[in-house]
Amino acid sequence: MGSTTADARALVTALRSAYAATPIKLKIIDLYVVYALSTVLVQVVYMSLVGSFPFNAFLSGILSCIGSAVLAVCLRMQVNKENKEFKDLPPERAFADFVLCNLVLHLVIMNFLG
Amino acid sequence: MAGGDGGGPLGLLLSVTILVLIGILAFSIRLFSVIKYESIIHEFDPYFNYRVTQYLTKAGIYEFWNWFDDRTWYPLGRVIGGTVYPGLTLTAGTMWWLVNAINIPLSVETVCVFTAPVFSAFAAWATYLLTKEVKGTGAGLTAAALIAMVPSYISRSVAGSYDNEAVAIFALVFTFYLYVKTLNTGSLFYATLNALAYFYMVCSWGGYTFIINLIPIHVLLCIVTGRYSSRLYIAYAPLVILGTLLAALVPVVGFNAVMTSEHFASFLVFVILHVVALAHYIRRNLTPKMYRMALAFVVTVGTASALVLVAVLMALVAASPTKGWSGRSLSLLDPTYASKYIPIIASVSEHQPPTWPSYFMDINILAFLAPAGIIACFLPLSDSSTFVVLYMVTSVYFSGVMVRLMLVLAPAACIMAGIALSAAFDTLTGSIKFQPISPSPSPDETSILASASKPSSLSGREAAKDKSKDAGSDKGKEQLKEKVTRRNRRKEKEIAEKVVVEKKSPKKLLSVLPLEASAVGILLLIILTSFYVIHCVWAAAEAYSAPSIVLTSHTADGLHVFDDFREAYAWLSHNTDENDKVASWWDYGYQTTAMANRTVIVDNNTWNNTHIATVGMAMSSPERQAWEIYQSLDVKYVFVVFGGLVGYPSDDINKFLWMVRIGGGVFPHIKEPDYLRDGQYRIDDQATPTMLNSLMYKLSYYRFVEATLDGKGYDRVRRTEIGKKYFKLTHFEEVFTTHHWMVRIYKLKSPKNRLRGKLKRKTKPSVKKGKSSSPAKQTKTKKKSS
Repeated sequence: MGSTTADARALVTALRSAYAATPIKLKIIDLYVVYALSTVLVQVVYMSLVGSFPFNAFLSGILSCIGSAVLAVCLRMQVNKENKEFKDLPPERAFADFVLCNLVLHLVIMNFLG
Repeated sequence: MAGGDGGGPLGLLLSVTILVLIGILAFSIRLFSVIKYESIIHEFDPYFNYRVTQYLTKAGIYEFWNWFDDRTWYPLGRVIGGTVYPGLTLTAGTMWWLVNAINIPLSVETVCVFTAPVFSAFAAWATYLLTKEVKGTGAGLTAAALIAMVPSYISRSVAGSYDNEAVAIFALVFTFYLYVKTLNTGSLFYATLNALAYFYMVCSWGGYTFIINLIPIHVLLCIVTGRYSSRLYIAYAPLVILGTLLAALVPVVGFNAVMTSEHFASFLVFVILHVVALAHYIRRNLTPKMYRMALAFVVTVGTASALVLVAVLMALVAASPTKGWSGRSLSLLDPTYASKYIPIIASVSEHQPPTWPSYFMDINILAFLAPAGIIACFLPLSDSSTFVVLYMVTSVYFSGVMVRLMLVLAPAACIMAGIALSAAFDTLTGSIKFQPISPSPSPDETSILASASKPSSLSGREAAKDKSKDAGSDKGKEQLKEKVTRRNRRKEKEIAEKVVVEKKSPKKLLSVLPLEASAVGILLLIILTSFYVIHCVWAAAEAYSAPSIVLTSHTADGLHVFDDFREAYAWLSHNTDENDKVASWWDYGYQTTAMANRTVIVDNNTWNNTHIATVGMAMSSPERQAWEIYQSLDVKYVFVVFGGLVGYPSDDINKFLWMVRIGGGVFPHIKEPDYLRDGQYRIDDQATPTMLNSLMYKLSYYRFVEATLDGKGYDRVRRTEIGKKYFKLTHFEEVFTTHHWMVRIYKLKSPKNRLRGKLKRKTKPSVKKGKSSSPAKQTKTKKKSS
């Protein structure tokens, strides 16, 4: 029991030190992802309190947050300099694709919101 | 080899020319029915789509979206906007509007008839793109040429077959192409396009569930075989979110996109993918020891939450009787499900399992080329080639369940066969090209012929070449296919570089086949593909071009045309009132509303089993009861299709047992054994009295003896003389019988105004038959007499 807590603490410090080494650009994207996911949680809690009557509104709300998070993760993968697969992809192109995909996502969301 | 071929401008020109020719081929091979018959809509379902398209072009899109149709399923009506897959109609409507906007006055019918051939050309191009992503341009062109002609696809997309599959197959292949492209490039732009193509597929066909289950299986396969990469994440995760949203936008699907079991696989794999992505991220940032600890932690938490999630899901799903799956999907997974529980699905001939000869009829030589293609995909194995292998395997399984799904197998078989044929041609032409001139190879001068796609090279001799021979043979030899030349030229550039670098070590040697064997092999392959072409053209011309609303037969005097169906619908539209209701078996519902423009009781949509069972019960009951049922439905006219005079086998008497079964499924007093004598279905004098008294028998064989030549009433389809020959109809009157007696229309006699006293004695025998109505009659007559 004691070893597992010590292990867990070591794990947490290792994770934290590894994360501190990531560049600031990626940390901003991570912050955006965390924000989107926390919005999902808020919406789910609200739905469990109030009920899901306009179901399309609920669905479009959570899917837009999850979608934004997913797209931000995709952007992070493409912009990450350590990622060998995307080394010839200019980050501007990655950001342009991200914006396009978000546009389509939000257009659909607004249509589905009802 | 994979991912395109930069063969210079000549190669590009050749590819474009070949693709244009393939498009023209795909379009023109489907025009046989227009040439042999006329430019009409075929079969049954296309007539409904045609009617919806007419409404769309006349009333506009808002009216179409909110349309409630009161001319079918009387008295229930049907919400067209919410129950139809709008892709096909909107596509044809857009094409019509575009064409008319530039002042080419094509009618809606013409646009509808030719939608399918146009989109089959697009489908061939999409197959080229998909196969090019997997294996290269040569394989792509071969696959496109094969799918332009494959009989299975032709059967559902001839000119006039205006059905969902016409655009759905194009959407399917195009979605797969964009998925594979995203997987290969990792670009979010293609991921967006992929989601939009998936949206078009959802709009077009109910078979979109195939895509949304195949792609998650592929992602799972990639994860399990250790091929996880960030490209996989980019290919799959946005597709799930955007795809679910877009699918929920289509009214037919609606909230089913998140609530039915058909979509749960995609969500499950979405969660698994995120877990794996997180695991990979942590592994990158930690030392191995730390990573193992983190893995243990994540796995325990992950499995705990997954168990909770699965438990919640199962509780939700177990609450529904079909465990959340729709009837059609269940009948695909369990082939015996439909025959046990849903007789309507089981009765459609397209839903029967195919026979072995139908594989040869529908995909011909591709049936044995496809396994060779599967092997070729393994050398080398990439993400995209695992995808097409998975597509092939799953579509083979589903085609074995239902004949109708041979259509989904066709593109997969063409891709596989294209890969196999292209690889075979590569090997053979490469063998011809690189024949060694000197018999004894010297180990110092071996060169490396880089080739990963020569799977079928049996070991022949080992060839030795050097740089000078490359240059010499390049100018001298004549090539059979120039795209191979292009590829070989590129290979020789590689070879030249490699020879310079690795001259000293004799490493990989290519086995080439002897010259004569390669030449004979190429000749045989060409003969094989020409057999395929001959078969496809024959199948398109003879087997799949029948419009089935017009029949022909070759007699001694020439071609005899049976146009009875249109004759009957024209009679109905000219001689009946616009608000009259017409009853028939559900097969003819769409045609009746589209061509005769009359309200029908049941049609091919078959969404209400009880209503169909009511009509089935009416057809199976004696005349009086049937009259009462139809009277309660406000029906004025009843028609039956009868093929006994001319030998047309798909008539209502042959379908009658299904009417009994479906009616008996809802109304238990209709029992199938009552209509069978010793388990056999007969209509001759050995038939049961229930059969001989049923409305279907009477309406089909009324006055039949007068029509037959010898007056004996010989039914050409059942090949016997009929049982009851001389009878009168008491509640129906015959109003029209078509030229060849194929459609017989009857009118319900109106109920009698008064009942006279002397009818009391005559009605006494009927007291035994019609129990429900006699008490009323007796009281009426009693009152009169007192």
